[in-house]
Amino acid sequence: MIYFDNSATTKPFPEVLESFLKVSQQFYGNPSSIHRFGIDAENLLRKAQNQASELFGVEQEEIVFTSGGTEGNNMAIKGIALAHQNKGRHIITTEIEHPSVIEACKSLETLGFTVTYLPVDSNGIVKFADVKQAITKETILVSIMHVNNELGTIQPVEAIGKMLKEMPRIYFHVDHVQGYGKIPLDMNGTGIDLCTVSGHKIHGLKGTGLLYVKKGTKLFPLLHGGNQQSNLRSGTENLAGIVSLVKAMRLITEKSKTHSEYLKELNQQLRAELLAISFIKINTIEDQAPHILNISIPGYKPEVIIHALGERDIFISTKSACSSKKTDESAVLKAVGFSHDRTISALRISLSYYNTKEEIELFSRSLQRVVQQLSKVMG
Amino acid sequence: MDAIYLDHAATSPVHPDVIEAMLPVMKQTFGNPSSIHQYGRKARQLLDQARSVAASSIHANEKNIIFTSGGTEADNIALLGTAWANKSKGNHIITTVIEHHATLRTAESLEKQGFEVTYLPVQQSGQVSVKDLRDALTDQTILVSVMMVNNETGVKQPIQEIGELLIDHQAYFHTDAVQAYGICDLDVNVLNVDLLTVSSHKVNGPKGVGFLYIRDGVQINTIQFGGEQERKRRPGTENVANIVGFKKAIELIAGEKDQRLRKYQSYKQTFLETLKELNLDFAINGEEEQLVPTIVNISFPGTNVESLLMNFDLAGIAVSSGSACTAGSIEPSHVLSEMFGSEDERTVNSIRFSFGLANNEKQIIEAATKVGAIVNRLAS
Repeated sequence: MIYFDNSATTKPFPEVLESFLKVSQQFYGNPSSIHRFGIDAENLLRKAQNQASELFGVEQEEIVFTSGGTEGNNMAIKGIALAHQNKGRHIITTEIEHPSVIEACKSLETLGFTVTYLPVDSNGIVKFADVKQAITKETILVSIMHVNNELGTIQPVEAIGKMLKEMPRIYFHVDHVQGYGKIPLDMNGTGIDLCTVSGHKIHGLKGTGLLYVKKGTKLFPLLHGGNQQSNLRSGTENLAGIVSLVKAMRLITEKSKTHSEYLKELNQQLRAELLAISFIKINTIEDQAPHILNISIPGYKPEVIIHALGERDIFISTKSACSSKKTDESAVLKAVGFSHDRTISALRISLSYYNTKEEIELFSRSLQRVVQQLSKVMG
Repeated sequence: MDAIYLDHAATSPVHPDVIEAMLPVMKQTFGNPSSIHQYGRKARQLLDQARSVAASSIHANEKNIIFTSGGTEADNIALLGTAWANKSKGNHIITTVIEHHATLRTAESLEKQGFEVTYLPVQQSGQVSVKDLRDALTDQTILVSVMMVNNETGVKQPIQEIGELLIDHQAYFHTDAVQAYGICDLDVNVLNVDLLTVSSHKVNGPKGVGFLYIRDGVQINTIQFGGEQERKRRPGTENVANIVGFKKAIELIAGEKDQRLRKYQSYKQTFLETLKELNLDFAINGEEEQLVPTIVNISFPGTNVESLLMNFDLAGIAVSSGSACTAGSIEPSHVLSEMFGSEDERTVNSIRFSFGLANNEKQIIEAATKVGAIVNRLAS
């Protein structure tokens, strides 16, 4: 089995399961209860929050645990917009964001907000100058992803943050779901006010994630209720999920320190092998996130290739799993300006630190064979 | 000394079978249900099976079930979603003063945004009155939200009667069934509810998952935006393992329901009888006939809730003064204040005991004996 769909979701670390199991069995109290079961749970929650903040390089009270990336993005975008609309009602984002950002912004448009969806250049990267130019005196929020989930392109969030740092009226949110554990991003003094992380993309569990909320940032809550997590996120904390998330964060951070070059090598090998196959077009430019490579095989339906590979126990995807059900066309590739035959025939290969060179070799050969066989069938 | 957990209404221990059902999913079926390859499809199958089990448990169709991150999220979707989607039909919402904070705070938030909210009072019995509801209904009412069982007192609310009353009214009927699920018989068609909230961690399932039932034809907005998961009503990669764990919990409570409820009812009786044998001065808050077997809220005259909680905890008895969800604070119970008036001493001398999986008969007698001793000491 070759699993190259790590940007859709990852296999949880065994240690993550152990953490989940242990907490589920031993710490079942509600952290809001004031008896010993609750206090034990609360202490563990604080410890997890503290560890997450250290791994993230921020302060403990700046970590809010969520049910995942979608909630983190919604909480940040809707939360800032609704809490600060008296200062202005303009939001800047890009055309290549994850649906949870794009759709959250569209929903705000129906409430009277104005949203600028910035284009990207032919490499799939938003231009710093475009961001700067889009800012008006009404702008209250800029939301830009760090690593694009379909292309793997790295967006200039550090430069944008530096600029926005000088404009305290504007909040800056970064969707770091695909970048965390792969491409380091410093929260300290970089002008980032909010940052989303998802557990299941870093070998943690589904239903877990966190939002970094810089101290002093006022958010309108997405969920109302018991006022858990400093009033930012009501609902009984999923303690076993939270502890397992922090475990995944620690393990992926360690792995990234020792295996970052290795992942780059895998990417280079994959790129070189696919480049040698004439019918494959590579859509991701060089030197981007090492775990994602986007290609097109014009003339072939991506699902057909995915199924044929699936029969060989090889798993890749078309584009974002969150939009897999819509039309074949990739909105991200379209935004980059690729021709129609490429935007409807895109495949995403996404790696983890645990993939091997042998898997890459086998994958490249299999892909080539699969396409050749399909071309015979299609005659 | 092992502490005795009598706070199952706050949260309940995860059943070992639930954990056992979840681990293989995490290890082997870790795919994203939206992925079109085999890993995705297998995860999707698990999701579909769980949805079917969840639906059957309330006699609903599986397409009317959406999985959420828990009860709070489900209540928020039910209230915010229907309020905004039906604003053209009216801007009046009816709920009650005894709801869980997930409902109350959401209703308050809607009030700030221009909706008119009526909070029905509660009687001394702990029940809201159907007549009060009938009087509060107007042609502007778009939503009625009444919990099925109150989380602090355990008193059942007249959901079926309210459902009947609303059959010919435009207002949607939402019930927060978090405390009722697994205890009361729930049939959405008998109850005539349009929306119904359930949480997993109150029924020995994992935390971080719940579901919302939404009847066909209900106009409802989403509160989060993104992918097209959960029939476009709740985006985000589905928490497959937790949902499978939740499914297991649902199967467990259905499988042994009568036996389990008899057991909890006998715990409660044993507990109360033991207190009586100790000649303790106490009173049950709320109409005893209307209580679920698992919860009893007791007032101990001459005591104070803070010292009760502290002493119980020191003696190894974990209980609560009300909802756990007031984030660690000991405030007078809003439910008891509404039942008896905020000046009544029962609001500051009452404790909720809730029974469940973590208990056995011996513990109950031990707990009641200790409670009796502490109360006698504090009240004298």
